[in-house]
Amino acid sequence: MSGPETDGRGKHHDMTETTQKICAGDVRSASRLIRDLEDKRPEARRRLRQLFFHTGRSFIIGITGSPGAGKSTLTDALISELRKQQKTVGVLAVDPSSPFSGGALLGDRVRMLRHAEDTGVFIRSLATRGALGGLARAAGDAIHVMEAMGKDVILVETVGIGQQELDIIHHAHSIIVVLVPGMGDEIQTMKAGVMEIADVFVINKADRPGAKQLRTELASLLNASPHGPQDWIPPIVSIGNLYEPENFAKKTAELMDAVAKHHAHLITSGQLGERTERKAVMEITDALRACILEPVLERLIADGELTKIAKRIQRRETDPFTEAETIARRFLKTGETP
Amino acid sequence: MYFSDETCQASRKLTEQWQANVRQTPATKPDWKNRFSTVSDLDIKRLYTPEDLQSMDFARDIGAPGEFPYLRGNQVTGYRGQPWTFRMFSGMGSAEDTNARWHLLLRAGQTGLSTAFDFPTLMGYDSDSPKALGEVGKCGVAIDSLEDFLALIDGIPLDRVTTSMTINPPATALWAMYCAAADIKGVPLNQIGGTIQNDMLKEFIAQKTFMCPPEPSVKLISDTVEFGAKYVPRWNPISISGYHIREAGSTAVQELAFTLRDGIEYVEDILKRKKMNVDDFAPRLSFFFNSHIDLFEEICKLRAARRIWARVMRDRFGARNPRSLWMRFHVQTAGCSLTAQQPYNNVVRTTIEALAAVLGGTQSLHTNSLDEVLCLPSEHAVEIALRTQQILAEETGVVNTIDPLAGSYFVESLTNEMEAKAWEYIEKIDAMGGMIAAIERGYPQMEIADAAYAFQRQVEAGEKIMVGVNKYATEARHPVPLVEIDEAVGEEQVRRLKDLRRRRNGRAVSQSLADIRAACKSGENVMPHCIAAVKNLATQQEICDVYREVYGEYQDPGLF
Amino acid sequence: MPERKIRVMVAKPGLDGHDRGARILARCFRDAGFEVIYTGCHQTPEQVAAAAIQEDVDLVGLSCLSGAHRVLFPRVVELLREKNASDIAVIGGGIIPEQDFQMLYDAGIQAIFTPGASLDSIVEWIRTHVRTGN
Repeated sequence: MSGPETDGRGKHHDMTETTQKICAGDVRSASRLIRDLEDKRPEARRRLRQLFFHTGRSFIIGITGSPGAGKSTLTDALISELRKQQKTVGVLAVDPSSPFSGGALLGDRVRMLRHAEDTGVFIRSLATRGALGGLARAAGDAIHVMEAMGKDVILVETVGIGQQELDIIHHAHSIIVVLVPGMGDEIQTMKAGVMEIADVFVINKADRPGAKQLRTELASLLNASPHGPQDWIPPIVSIGNLYEPENFAKKTAELMDAVAKHHAHLITSGQLGERTERKAVMEITDALRACILEPVLERLIADGELTKIAKRIQRRETDPFTEAETIARRFLKTGETP
Repeated sequence: MYFSDETCQASRKLTEQWQANVRQTPATKPDWKNRFSTVSDLDIKRLYTPEDLQSMDFARDIGAPGEFPYLRGNQVTGYRGQPWTFRMFSGMGSAEDTNARWHLLLRAGQTGLSTAFDFPTLMGYDSDSPKALGEVGKCGVAIDSLEDFLALIDGIPLDRVTTSMTINPPATALWAMYCAAADIKGVPLNQIGGTIQNDMLKEFIAQKTFMCPPEPSVKLISDTVEFGAKYVPRWNPISISGYHIREAGSTAVQELAFTLRDGIEYVEDILKRKKMNVDDFAPRLSFFFNSHIDLFEEICKLRAARRIWARVMRDRFGARNPRSLWMRFHVQTAGCSLTAQQPYNNVVRTTIEALAAVLGGTQSLHTNSLDEVLCLPSEHAVEIALRTQQILAEETGVVNTIDPLAGSYFVESLTNEMEAKAWEYIEKIDAMGGMIAAIERGYPQMEIADAAYAFQRQVEAGEKIMVGVNKYATEARHPVPLVEIDEAVGEEQVRRLKDLRRRRNGRAVSQSLADIRAACKSGENVMPHCIAAVKNLATQQEICDVYREVYGEYQDPGLF
Repeated sequence: MPERKIRVMVAKPGLDGHDRGARILARCFRDAGFEVIYTGCHQTPEQVAAAAIQEDVDLVGLSCLSGAHRVLFPRVVELLREKNASDIAVIGGGIIPEQDFQMLYDAGIQAIFTPGASLDSIVEWIRTHVRTGN
């Protein structure tokens, strides 16, 4: 588990040294580990295991909304606010991979340029690589790496709406949903899941026509949903023109304040514990999937057995349920490690 | 109905006969390529006939020179009355270097000046700014203060030569220097003539030389228009540009449409903001187009531009003064059509493109030098480029008659088609709420990026040919002598700035900058304060820093 | 073990804002299956180097059309070296006269692609020369 390891370069590499570097905040090692996790390098998971004990101490904020809602610009403003409060910040900017080529154009950094040289800010772009929930598969891992680096706050900016943004709920403590008037994302057209996960709503570009109506609709929808006395009612922050600097700064401070209040609420109401427990359940589920299901599948594919089974199902010589039970018995009962 | 019934019948019959003959052509394919299209990918028919013009009305759609809709030109005497201005865009190194090049060009026969500034100046930074590292004087002249400017125009008679300045965010500062220089030389403001490019919308769309966000940028532009209308009547305070939009990769129709829609946006803004009458300022709005390698597409684009603008000004804005309906423009031949491979071929390209501009009726023309794809133009190369214009004007006979291609079945048909397609874009942007709204959505930027990518793919697939690059390429090298700008230019500018800051009256500078700041905040016209500031030797960055501070800096939305 | 995805950065250092080529390249790299971090124009060499390290890219592609490449490109290489990131390859493109090539190679630029270079040739170069995860 510990001790010298060799990586692809043939260099000997003390794993503890890498994890130490990451805990000390070394950007390159952290970014490289995120990459290794994205590329599913075997040694990466071992390193993450070592880092896990240093995670769980950051405040994680998710930012989601349709494309063109101005999420990156808001993220940029939030970074400034947090730096004013002397907090260190990690940012994960997620963009979709092309389903055709597998490549991705990651352009969110462009809107956060002014923080490029601030050593208190670490911005990392991630591609979804086919994951459907709007978040990269490796996002959870990447968040852990940033936590281990000691970042006070981690901002996770996800791909736009249209899909259900439910992935983010498993990773973030507070979730900001960004809406823009007149872009066709009126509340009725949005998937129910998105409305329910929001802890704070932002109406961005609120100087545009339709902003008032959007706010009214949103407010009435929130009032109509049932909630108890302990419950948090998501506030709505309207943010106007980016280029009216004083007003914009005031509004982003208001947003930061709303988020901070939500965080405080989570703690006092005990919900923070619920959320982190839910996250832990998700993590163990994912880990089990990676540990049990994926190796089994890989084995079946490598042996050609999966294709054989599929053909028999096609010809209705067997059914998937019987096959699954057989396979499960084979791998679990005999104690054969997949 | 354009042609008589007899003509149409005859045409139809002959065309059918011709089509039958074509079908019987013995070759396996009647065409040697799969598609015959313009460089912007518009399909062109094998033949155009009278039937293509049948829906035209002569008086309404073609008319006479100097008559609405000005398709055949603004001037009743065309080029016989006055040829286009030979205006070569130039600037390099220090003000003294550029001044020498300017005198050379004037001696060689150019009839108007055009200023190319270096990147720090274009972006509103002084030569000693850390952002200017490695850039001073490299692709244009470095101008930091009025002292540099006076060296730039040394020996130039400001009352007899018009000067264009390609400058955008810092336009107020540079124009202020020109006005201050005129004052110092004893030339009254109402006698100086020229142009400042000063078109910020195209920066957000294409060239990306931006500083402040769209709203305040447009406000500063309206200040220059107002100031010019009152005090500098021979000056064009804006050159609404399509050149850069085309260079960024747009099609010809997009260039046409976005430029004209930018023009509409400015007119609307000035009417709203300054409470001026449209006829007070419209006569001094000028335009700037590209001239690319597809000869006929460019001619038709320019003719369509004139007609669309005349119709817009009369019908949309109710302008009454005929001069408000005139579209006056400068053309530059297409930089993006030039190749680094076999550079001498570029002389041929520039010639065709210049011909297109002239047949399209331009008021003013810059012809690229063969080496501009590699560096700043050498003396010899720029001379060839200038001679190109002079040969066109003096030897070829293209100036003998006005709008020679009018009535051509092909040219009128393509002009109509381009106008119609441009209107589609204009109406689409209207529906979005105007150009600034469209820019916020990224609409023109994405159209251009898509067109640029599509074109590149076509070139790589061999569907669009660039001679010497993807066809007829050779290993042979044709070295061209290159102009290099030394780092010493930057070092010298830094020394000058240090000296300037030591000598000048610091308090007077601070006061003038404070006055500009107050004018920005109150909405007052900034120009008089800018002129006072440059006279006190405020630098152009110092003025721009005031704008940055008051209005904020634009952030590239980074759309794909 | 699945193949590594190639991560590249496309950046324009200096004041030149002509990004037609850079944007085309970014799209092309995406279509070739790379993950492309596009940082846009008006970057300082310091911003470029900092971003390259944060993003753990295999390669940085610099584009400059204003003649400032002679100062800016080597500066990026130098900054990466200072931060122990010289394994990140740096290539350049734009308006670069041939007589500047050697000086740029000597400064650590690994390849130069000037107007007329095909997109495929650039992608090919990256695929053959970049060793991912180094």
